[in-house]
Amino acid sequence: MDEMLEKVVVKLREDFADAILDVSEFRGDITVLVRRDKIAEITKFLRDLPDCPFNLIEDVCGVDRLERKERFEVVYHLFSLEKKVRICLKVRVDEAELRVPTVTGVFPGANWHERETYDMYGIVFDGHPDMRRVYMPEDYEHFPMRKDFPLLGIPGSIKLPRQ
Amino acid sequence: MGLESLLKEGFFTSRVDALLNWCQRNSLWPMPMGLSCCAIELMSAGDPRHDIARFGSEVMRFSPRQSDVMIVAGTVTYKMAKVVRKIYDQMSEPRWVIAMGACASSGGMFRSYSVVQGVDLFLPVDIFVSGCPPRPDNLLHGLMELQKKIEREHSVIGDGSKLSLPLN
Repeated sequence: MDEMLEKVVVKLREDFADAILDVSEFRGDITVLVRRDKIAEITKFLRDLPDCPFNLIEDVCGVDRLERKERFEVVYHLFSLEKKVRICLKVRVDEAELRVPTVTGVFPGANWHERETYDMYGIVFDGHPDMRRVYMPEDYEHFPMRKDFPLLGIPGSIKLPRQ
Repeated sequence: MGLESLLKEGFFTSRVDALLNWCQRNSLWPMPMGLSCCAIELMSAGDPRHDIARFGSEVMRFSPRQSDVMIVAGTVTYKMAKVVRKIYDQMSEPRWVIAMGACASSGGMFRSYSVVQGVDLFLPVDIFVSGCPPRPDNLLHGLMELQKKIEREHSVIGDGSKLSLPLN
């Protein structure tokens, strides 16, 4: 399966040379670091590849890296059902500008995953049809999966009904 | 039949409290608030092996108006707490609450920002059943304890207050 992935990476580098920031490999799994504004085009390209179409979006999730610059990261896992290969795309997001273009136009299945990423980290997806929280109540003010959110929550942040 | 031994002269005397309590406790129709894994054990408490119907809980009425006891079976999150309270408020009195399982009693294994650490923080609970999940027999034991509790209540006062009758 490595040959197929290598060919895919070569094609990616040809077509999107300036948007591919880094390609790393770990025990057969390839991770491509991508520039933020090109993510929708790259996912569309990967979905429509003729010989190895990555047609299943397995997961879209966020990561809080706790770095000064580019604190957050959005990770996209794509899988090809025919060829059974997996590729991982990463987009680094700075805390000052927490917006990423949505991939729901390409993969409608990413809808709730992006809502979850918004709910847990605060990363807004531009162009998302239904950008609201999915786990926490709609008027909740904090983002629970950030590293500076306490594990047990902030007391009083969600109201309980009366006794 | 049991009643004929009492009806030797054709009538028997009792206190209204005792009669009402007997009627109420032997016909507790549960409102199953089955939220997660404890709901499976709740369902199996209704199967032929551990029959909850022989204790009077003939049907699991999913309508709060038609039920007597709400069995909160499962993890209650803060978001769901509003809904559970709403259903409890719609139940007509007399009503009781059984908190089934570790999650409903005290938050269970989930000590986090989204799980209410015990349903008694917003509902008046009568019986806590422990277990993760409690066996159906365990739930039936809890139901029997609730029946014993109801036996000791003043139900004639009718304003919803539950003062305990002296145990004698």
